[in-house]
Amino acid sequence: MIQSLFILNRSGGLIYQHDLNDGLNKLSANEHLILAGTIHGVFAIASKLTPTAVKVSAQPRAQSQGSAVNGNTSGLKSIETDKFSMYIFQTLTGVKFLLVTDPAQGDLNSGCDTAENVLRKIYALYADYVMKNPFYEIDMPIRVDLFDRKIAELVKAL
Amino acid sequence: MNKGIKASSDDIWKNRVDKVNAELFTLTYGSVVAQLVRDFKNDYQKVNQQLEKMGYNIGIRLVEDFLAKTGTGRCQSFKDTAEVVSKVGFKVFLNVTPQVTNWTSDGKTFSLILDENPLAEFVELPDDERAKKELWYSNVLTGVLKGALEMVQLEVDVNFVSDVLRGDDRTELRLQLIRFLKDEMPAGED
Repeated sequence: MIQSLFILNRSGGLIYQHDLNDGLNKLSANEHLILAGTIHGVFAIASKLTPTAVKVSAQPRAQSQGSAVNGNTSGLKSIETDKFSMYIFQTLTGVKFLLVTDPAQGDLNSGCDTAENVLRKIYALYADYVMKNPFYEIDMPIRVDLFDRKIAELVKAL
Repeated sequence: MNKGIKASSDDIWKNRVDKVNAELFTLTYGSVVAQLVRDFKNDYQKVNQQLEKMGYNIGIRLVEDFLAKTGTGRCQSFKDTAEVVSKVGFKVFLNVTPQVTNWTSDGKTFSLILDENPLAEFVELPDDERAKKELWYSNVLTGVLKGALEMVQLEVDVNFVSDVLRGDDRTELRLQLIRFLKDEMPAGED
């Protein structure tokens, strides 16, 4: 069950936040910003701390939609807690997509794979409905109804 | 490996790209250029600049679509970049595959030879002598390449050096790598 989606621009600013479960207690806009900024910082620290041995080696390109598109090879990939899981996907241009879900059931790796699959679909929607909207200004908050609707549809269909 | 790229970009072109009528595309671009020529009162330098600017704005947006659709990972060298630009980028968006050639010995500059140019299908440049000397009709491409590559942290210089529309033997784009934008490299990548 997906609870919430965050999108961070290249400089760590929050440009999109969408609660996908109506039952959630809402955070304030300010709290969202702080959360995004913290994740951005922790992500950068994590990438410095990652031992070389566990770095995901860059995948050869153009594998049939393989994980190559994920530029997140040594940063923070997921956070698992008793209450929720969070998955982070970073594109080669530096945009980060964060997915907050119910705690992963069973195998953590399969949880990651599922989340990455969803995140890649969200990235495709972002490319279509945000980047191709001629009136969307890059790096600015995303206020695009069509994108909201498509995200909701995607999540519902899962 | 090259074969792999080609096969997968053929597949993406066939199955994952929305197509548009080629004539609508060519005519739309043609009317944009023609209108710019009128607006700038035949100042072709300005038209070139404007086309590049428009292309840049397209490139910085289109790159996300490119990455999302093709799943291309980061290139390990500028040589790889050249291959991907030609065999994946041009293929997926324009269904042509320019030749990559004329590398300089430092590996920082290469040419793309466009045997076919979908932008210029029905075009003949205006009859005044200046248009054939000054106007780079397809200059939007230079901007697209520059914008798209900048978003993946490669600063490049892109120019047309010849164009069959001007009576040259071939249409050639020259790409020069200026630098890797290391400071802009997102954290979490090696």
